[in-house]
Amino acid sequence: MRASLRGDAAAYRILLGGLSASLRAYFKRRLARIGRSASEAEDLTQETLMAIHSRRHTYHPSAPFLPWVHAIARYKLIDHLRRTRASSMDVPIENAEELIAESDYAAAESAQDMQRLLGKLPGKMRSAIEAVKLEGLSVAETAKRSGISESDVKISVHRGLKQLTESVAPKRRTS
Amino acid sequence: MRTDDLIEVLSADLEPVDHRRISRRLSFAIAAGVLAVVAIVFGVLGARPDVANTASWVPPIVKIAATATILVPASIYLLKLSRPGGEHGISLALVLLPFAAVITLASLSIAAGPSEHATLVLFSDEWIECVVSIPLIAIVPFAAITWVVRQMAPTDLARTGAFVGLIAGCISAIGYALHCVDDSVPFFAVWYGGTIGLCTFAGWKLGPKLLRW
Repeated sequence: MRASLRGDAAAYRILLGGLSASLRAYFKRRLARIGRSASEAEDLTQETLMAIHSRRHTYHPSAPFLPWVHAIARYKLIDHLRRTRASSMDVPIENAEELIAESDYAAAESAQDMQRLLGKLPGKMRSAIEAVKLEGLSVAETAKRSGISESDVKISVHRGLKQLTESVAPKRRTS
Repeated sequence: MRTDDLIEVLSADLEPVDHRRISRRLSFAIAAGVLAVVAIVFGVLGARPDVANTASWVPPIVKIAATATILVPASIYLLKLSRPGGEHGISLALVLLPFAAVITLASLSIAAGPSEHATLVLFSDEWIECVVSIPLIAIVPFAAITWVVRQMAPTDLARTGAFVGLIAGCISAIGYALHCVDDSVPFFAVWYGGTIGLCTFAGWKLGPKLLRW
């Protein structure tokens, strides 16, 4: 940067190239953390590079360089988020459907909800589902462990899942 | 536009820049603000009527010196604030100390006199003129300093704006001290201090809007 301030274009090109990679990673990380799309990171990277260029006279050569860059990047990120807060409201409606489609059952329900739902089932069905579906045991292993026949295990799992689906279904419809 | 292309464009016509530019411009804006304010005070309000008497120069000089003890550190801080990340390592105590000192002196002076003396001192003939003039005149240096700071890169806009307001208020108060004939310490503390505080508050509110880059 010190060489760039004196007008060394080659050093400046190398510097910006290195910075663009770190800035891109920084913005992607920050945007992902607050659930924003990573595609905004590229725009922000370019905007920050332009800011670094146009405000390079505010860098004091005796000061550490990275805190200066970080302050600009952080400022541009906050400014970007503040500016796009309103426009993020008018996302097209199909995006909302995508969100629902993407959230499959297992991801949507936390482990706690799962336990609560399973608690509603009769003991035999619950232990069968826990063993086969959650712990991943085979039907034969489960049958041996709980001392019931294999077909009994299959029926318990089937009925239990059906009951679970029914208990969840009305909630899904209203949501 | 691809980022690599952007880098090519930016580094294509690289001109050397001078990092001393920002301190030079800021001092220039502050000096220009002082000159403009002095010109406005002399031109519109006029100098103290007792200007011919050399002994009467002491109170305005004391008032100017007291205000300058705020103005000088505030200017140094504004220079720091106008650089990215400069908001770290700013101690507000140094700026607030002169305020505290003047207010203490004023309280002592009021405590020493009778109670009706206090209202008489504060609401003298001059107070409305003082409250109106200092913020109004401060607009001129505020605009000049804002224009310069906009070319820099402050990253804490509210605080930077507050310091722009504080400096503009101080410059305005310095100019007004050349006109004002009320030399009591409580008057100075409340009306000069209050209006400088008001300018600081205005700057704090306006900073995020005016200083964006």
